[in-house]
Amino acid sequence: MNASAATSINEHEIDKFNALAASWWNPDGPSKVLFAMGPARMGYIKRQLVSHFDLDANARYPLKGLKILDLGCGAGLISEPLARLGADVTGIDAAQENIMMARAHAKQTGLDIEYIPTTAEALVIDKKQFNAVVSLEVIEHVADAQDFAKSCHALLKPGGMFLFSTLNRTLESYAVAIVGAEYMTRLVPRGTHEWKKFITPAEMAEILTVAQFRSVRIEGLNYQPVHKSWAIGANKSINYIGAAIRIEV
Amino acid sequence: MSEISRDVIIVGGGLIGLTTAHALATSGITSHVIDSQDITATVDPLYDGRASAIASASVKMLKLIGLWERLAQSAQPIWEIRVTDSDSPQFIHFDAAHSNESGPNESGPNESGPLGYMMENRQLRAALQGKARESDAITLHAPVHITGLCQSETHASVTLANGTVLKAPLLIAADGRKSWVRDQVGIRTSHWGYGQAAIITTVSHREPHGDIAHERFLPDGPFAILPMLDDAEGRHRSAIVLTVSEATGHAMMALPDRPFQAEIASRFGDFLGPVAVISKRWSWPLGALAAEKLTTGRVVLVGDSAHGIHPIAGQGLNLGFRDVAALAEVLTEGLRLGLDLGDQVLQKRYERWRRPDMMLLLGVTDGLNRLFSNNLAGLARLRQHGMGAVNRLPKLKKFFMNQARGEGERQPKLLRGLNL
Ligand SMILES: Cc1cc2nc3c(=O)[nH]c(=O)nc-3n(C[C@H](O)[C@H](O)[C@H](O)COP(=O)(O)OP(=O)(O)OC[C@H]3O[C@@H](n4cnc5c(N)ncnc54)[C@H](O)[C@@H]3O)c2cc1C
Repeated sequence: MNASAATSINEHEIDKFNALAASWWNPDGPSKVLFAMGPARMGYIKRQLVSHFDLDANARYPLKGLKILDLGCGAGLISEPLARLGADVTGIDAAQENIMMARAHAKQTGLDIEYIPTTAEALVIDKKQFNAVVSLEVIEHVADAQDFAKSCHALLKPGGMFLFSTLNRTLESYAVAIVGAEYMTRLVPRGTHEWKKFITPAEMAEILTVAQFRSVRIEGLNYQPVHKSWAIGANKSINYIGAAIRIEV
Repeated sequence: MSEISRDVIIVGGGLIGLTTAHALATSGITSHVIDSQDITATVDPLYDGRASAIASASVKMLKLIGLWERLAQSAQPIWEIRVTDSDSPQFIHFDAAHSNESGPNESGPNESGPLGYMMENRQLRAALQGKARESDAITLHAPVHITGLCQSETHASVTLANGTVLKAPLLIAADGRKSWVRDQVGIRTSHWGYGQAAIITTVSHREPHGDIAHERFLPDGPFAILPMLDDAEGRHRSAIVLTVSEATGHAMMALPDRPFQAEIASRFGDFLGPVAVISKRWSWPLGALAAEKLTTGRVVLVGDSAHGIHPIAGQGLNLGFRDVAALAEVLTEGLRLGLDLGDQVLQKRYERWRRPDMMLLLGVTDGLNRLFSNNLAGLARLRQHGMGAVNRLPKLKKFFMNQARGEGERQPKLLRGLNL
């Protein structure tokens, strides 16, 4: 596989990462909520990409030809579906162990994804650019959301699309974040996080506009107890998802 | 051993397994289909003499997945179903013109098409196999025994007797009522026998059947007359399904040809002129079966591996076709979202979608059988009233009609004639 990090690690450690990846990828494990959100999130991302880049939604590999960055990829829960849809995916995560898990899992599923333990800032310095940057449940964890948005902008080719999801700062989201153990476990490896750093949709739109993004759109991501699934909807009080465009200048 | 990789593994290349493979192929989902039998031999009329009633909704799917063009010529339309009781002149009369919501004649008799078609199983098999051989999306392995099945974090895999290992993110069990896969993955079943057998044969009659099917509730059990196309010699034909007690079944199978013919003719009556048995006879023990779950891990059940129902309403295959349509829709959606085809989210959707229909039909056929296979005087009277009542109650009639057509609410797209 890629990157020298993979070869410098011994068999024992690979086993350990395989085991960790297994728990990340267990649909009833700590990432349960993210799993359940999978279809709704991917549905939204695909619809946005297909309409923006004028692609064929029913093609076997609709995202073929798109270079996509999964920023904060974790164990690859979004990188893998994007790769299955034909995208040329680079997954980055600052946590080396997430990258090891993601690589271990992609090897098992037989998907070709480039996973790199690095940061958005480092890629900006390397002048890397993509057709789309996908960054789900990340912006609420960064030191400075405005700087982060600026980096995402720089990582896009002109005309590229930024896709994000995060938690609103409301009483409901507070309850979910505190009570939702699944969410907290995901937060832990990333450092300390506080509810007051959560961003409202209005603030998000403002941040993106300041960062020179245009065509900002935001929708709610809601749990539907009747269908036991997540769906895109108008209610943005807890989770929301959105897209914005880096216009050509 | 290296084998080309496929999206799914289908165990069982019978009517449902191969239909699944074709339905998935329309969305670009590729499959390995494995059958332990030499499936080419199953096309022989001596292997399976059955003909199946195929509901019009199922036909919509067969059209969309490119099979109907191979079948249309050998399909006998059913325009009318007449249900009668042994000692009652009343009958429920279902015809295509009346199955529209708007009621009789408002939209003309032909607008909604026939209620369904009769199709010989061997012709269905020939079409399914022929198309599978031409398809790039389907790899057939038959006859091949499977020696092992295992599931990992990301795949299900099977080992074939020749040592080949096939793996895919999803394994679909279409290996029939005695499903080996179902046992391997530890899915239990509820099952019960009816102490009955279905005797199947084909008759010729002097007069044409007029595209009408008959279901008669005779004292010793239901007797179905199902229209078939004329044979090569121009004889008018119908398929016979006679449901009798196991003991009667044994006795009838042991009869020499002449008395067997007399048994059939006496039940058939002479409304189409003289009747002659023109095929072999087969006997099938009848029972019902329901798998306690339709999915586990990376395995899902379709067709008779998931459910076996009493053939009283001729719905077993149609129920399986509905499984296929729902599974194909769920997997296509998953595929288009880039999901792992073995994803639990998809499997749970399939299970939630199919279970109510399956349990409803199990219950309805079980109930019908109890009602009609019993000769108590009280029940007989109830049946007679029941018949008249069905005719008078448009809602109830519509329910029965829709079952015959295989249409109901929230039907999968393929059954509504919509592409995936
Ligand atoms: C008397 C009778 C009349 C009927 N009439 C009608 C009707 O009019 N209309 C209707 O809709 N339905 C009818 N049915 C029901 C219908 O026939 C079945 O529902 C249908 O055939 C089920 O198809 P299937 O592919 O699921 O299973 P099967 O037809 O049983 O096929 C299973 C396949 O799996 C293979 N297999 C089994 N074990 C293994 C293994 N371990 N490894 C690999 N391969 C394996 C077998 O060789 C076979 O090819 C009737 C049934 C009966 C008994």
